[in-house]
Amino acid sequence: MADDYIKVPRFMGGPAGWISILFPAALFIYFAGLLPQIAQTPVMRGIDWVPSLGIRLSVILDGLSMTFALLITGIGTAVTLYSSRYLGDHPHYPRFVSYLLIFMVGMLGLVLADNLISVFVFWEVTTISSYLLIGFNADKAASRRSALQALLVTGAGGLILLAGIIVLGNIAGSYELSEILPQGDMIRAHPWYLAILLMFLAGAFTKSAQVPFHFWLPNAMAAPTPVSAYLHSATMVKAGVFLMARMNPALGGTDVWFWVLTIFGGVTAVFASVMALRQTDIKQVLAYTTLMALGTLTMFIGAGTHYAISAAMLFLVVHSLYKAALFLMIGIVDHSTGTRDATVLRGLGRAMPLTALAAALAALSMAGIPPLVGFVGKEYMYKASLGLDQGMIWVTAMTFAASALMFVAGGIVALKPFRGQLAETPHKAHEGPWQMLAGPLVLGALSLTFGLMPDLLGEYIVGPGARAVYGPHEDLHLHLWGGLNAALYLSLATFAAGLLLYLVHTRIRSALTRIENRNPIDFDAGWDRLLDGFKAFAAWQTGLIQTGSLQRYMAVIFGAFIVMVGGTYLVKGAFSGLPGLSQAEAHPVQWTVLALIAVGSILVVWTHSRMTAVAGMGVVGIGVSLIFIIFSAPDVAITQLLVEVLVVVLVSLVMLRLPYLPRRSSKNFRTGHAIIAGGVGVVTTFLMISVLGSDFDPRLTEFFEKASYPDAHGRNIVNVILVDFRALDTFGEITVVTMAAIAAYALLRGVKKAVPDDEREA
Amino acid sequence: MELLLAITIGIVVATSVYLMLDRNVLRFLFGLVLLSNAVNLVIFAAGRLTAGAPPLIADGAYAPDGQIANALPQALVLTAIVIGFGLLAFTLALVYRTYKSLGTVNSDEMRLAEPEDTHK
Amino acid sequence: MQSLILTTTTRLLVALLLVFSVYALLRGHNLPGGGFIGGLIGATAFILYAIAASVEDAARALKVDPANIAMLGVGVAGLSGLSAGLANQPFFTGQWLFLFAEDGGKGIPISSVLFFDIGVYMAVFGGILTLVFALEREI
Repeated sequence: MADDYIKVPRFMGGPAGWISILFPAALFIYFAGLLPQIAQTPVMRGIDWVPSLGIRLSVILDGLSMTFALLITGIGTAVTLYSSRYLGDHPHYPRFVSYLLIFMVGMLGLVLADNLISVFVFWEVTTISSYLLIGFNADKAASRRSALQALLVTGAGGLILLAGIIVLGNIAGSYELSEILPQGDMIRAHPWYLAILLMFLAGAFTKSAQVPFHFWLPNAMAAPTPVSAYLHSATMVKAGVFLMARMNPALGGTDVWFWVLTIFGGVTAVFASVMALRQTDIKQVLAYTTLMALGTLTMFIGAGTHYAISAAMLFLVVHSLYKAALFLMIGIVDHSTGTRDATVLRGLGRAMPLTALAAALAALSMAGIPPLVGFVGKEYMYKASLGLDQGMIWVTAMTFAASALMFVAGGIVALKPFRGQLAETPHKAHEGPWQMLAGPLVLGALSLTFGLMPDLLGEYIVGPGARAVYGPHEDLHLHLWGGLNAALYLSLATFAAGLLLYLVHTRIRSALTRIENRNPIDFDAGWDRLLDGFKAFAAWQTGLIQTGSLQRYMAVIFGAFIVMVGGTYLVKGAFSGLPGLSQAEAHPVQWTVLALIAVGSILVVWTHSRMTAVAGMGVVGIGVSLIFIIFSAPDVAITQLLVEVLVVVLVSLVMLRLPYLPRRSSKNFRTGHAIIAGGVGVVTTFLMISVLGSDFDPRLTEFFEKASYPDAHGRNIVNVILVDFRALDTFGEITVVTMAAIAAYALLRGVKKAVPDDEREA
Repeated sequence: MELLLAITIGIVVATSVYLMLDRNVLRFLFGLVLLSNAVNLVIFAAGRLTAGAPPLIADGAYAPDGQIANALPQALVLTAIVIGFGLLAFTLALVYRTYKSLGTVNSDEMRLAEPEDTHK
Repeated sequence: MQSLILTTTTRLLVALLLVFSVYALLRGHNLPGGGFIGGLIGATAFILYAIAASVEDAARALKVDPANIAMLGVGVAGLSGLSAGLANQPFFTGQWLFLFAEDGGKGIPISSVLFFDIGVYMAVFGGILTLVFALEREI
């Protein structure tokens, strides 16, 4: 009895545990109380969030979001209760619970938000909290890798989704779902429809792990088991399904929609159920059956008839009930025995009767055996698939294949470990505590209750849900016994096929292992190659761009200036030309000053003497201040003169201590540099000509001129701008000057002592 | 006049760019000084040139009388000059400190943070 | 750099420059001048002194560490901006008090803007002297 969860020190994990359990429980009760109302009409409420961008925190509570909200809070309660025992003594338990609650809020926001931007934000909240939860055991490299993989795959999908949301929002003129969804006909006819659809599906398929983006989900099982039960089975991975269901009125019903969803969904369902048989780790089996469920849901949403949508909604609930229970169950088994290996576990039934009961209820529902709700769900899927066109018989076939394989998976997960002789396990098997048993048992009981009374489910949850996705329709009636019909015969055939497969499943497993070893397409390894490729590309382009050579950087910067500014002039033809310039002749004094500036700057380049260079800079500085004087800027001119004096003093002071390499010989003349320099100069000249030749907007200047004396009591407008109108800017600037001074002081302090002074110029 | 000014600015910019492409950091610094001057001229001229009418309001008047020089770019340039000086002084200190520590003013030889041939 | 003429004239010049720098600061709101120009002139005075005599002499004459002056200046400027908060107005709204104002005239204006400009003066003066002293000392 020395297992981790037995030594839990505090009842239900202390305050963190209590809060985490009570929060979803209270919300669950709140939402459940709204059920009768939702069955009639959807409720909407909203508050403005970023009004200037048209982003509101508006809430849409209809059958669809209600179903999800109940799953999130209900299963959330079961999972947090479970975690209080499963991880209650973990040193990072409060952190774990915080992540879980962040996820819960994000997921609730995602399903309840009426605004697509909010939907995206909450979508990313779930992505990030999923990342943190998968990587919860951060000291394991595999956990970190899986977490990053999930983050990158779903995050990339999320960004594409954001692009789709923005395009859709622009077309529809609103980001509110309540305003977008009624415009379905316009959106479907729009030339951008296909692009929008594909962007939304990229988000949905990555999140809901459709083939070929499925590989992150089995890896995500690195997370603690309650997380797998909650995020990666019952709720988060269904966000993609939710999105498709939510957007169905706006994007659904076209041929593209139908084919893309049914094909991807069907392939995912069958592929995943075959892969499920291949696994020996029961948690992995469950992960692949989750993939199968997601594929099935996608397929039925794609099929799009009222029956199909209802079947999807029903299966959504059914699956969440049994799959969460199974995950929680395997967590108990794992902690009790220390293993999850299907080939090892045997005969736990006697030691863990309650666990076995929960497992049985959930697995029977998964296998689709009456009177569990899983049977109702499967019947309804058959009915819906048979209701499609004749050519769509393959949907039935895929449903059949997946259901038969589910039957087998149910046996592997819940029958085999509990039957027969008790096998040797790392720990001695024993029953789990009530906090961990409560969830699976209640969920199992619900599977049974809804199986016996399917109309309860139909009236309050599935019916309103289907109405929200499909639109108004006659009421839906669910039966446990629907009479002798095609669906029932198919169910019987499923059982037969499933039983047959179960008997030979160990042989199938070894056959699949052999096939897999003969190198089929390995998505997971492909992912690694993709990441390696990115890293190699990053290294290559970093080496290319960041050479570490200042010259190279400067050349790139100036080259970019030439291309961007000059290129814009060429492409846009924006150069306004000379006619706009004032035709005033330059006064001899003026052109003398300009010539002085030009000569001074050329002198700096030309000379090999440091003193001449400093003199050249002084000439330019004095010339510039003369320009300021000529054109009525006394303040600027005085400042420039004073600074110029300081510059010359400082530069001569420092320069005398530095070596200066003359570069006047022809060998040192850099043609490439000269071309870049000339290019920048020419572009600047053209820029100036265009600026001076275009119309001037005097509004700001006029305001300052008019307000300077009456409002700010100053006659020197420049000074008034500096210390009053734009005082905050000036404040920032004197701060910068002070910072620069102190930084330079810090740089220079102690240089004389620290560095021997023998390296003065050669 | 405006055309001549534009050409002069172009020349100063070209020389400063040429200097900033040099691997001697002292010449780079000279380029920086010239470039600050050129950019100040650009900002100043963009507010249009008005000769002989400084942006002052005469005693007794409440608003300037007639056309005066644009005060806004003058205010911008004034602070830019002082900031430019701060930048120059800091760069100068940096160059000097670097020379004292590394014994070179050649930017290609300053490889303390990025040793050569690490990724080739 | 010891030159008799320079050292002799410097004493006079430094005093003149300092007075002039304050004059430029105070008249800046209505005529060319202001904190930036005043600060630069004041700094020039001490740099001249440092060149004529020595950095140590200049620093001794200044008595206060120029870096402190600069930081104090930034503080004065910031406080003058905050003073608008007392009148429940946005940050950096100028506050004016006209002493002995008579009809039509503005008397002696005392304003937060003036203190702001004094802060600019101190920041520029102190900042530049910090830089120059550091360069002269260490090189």
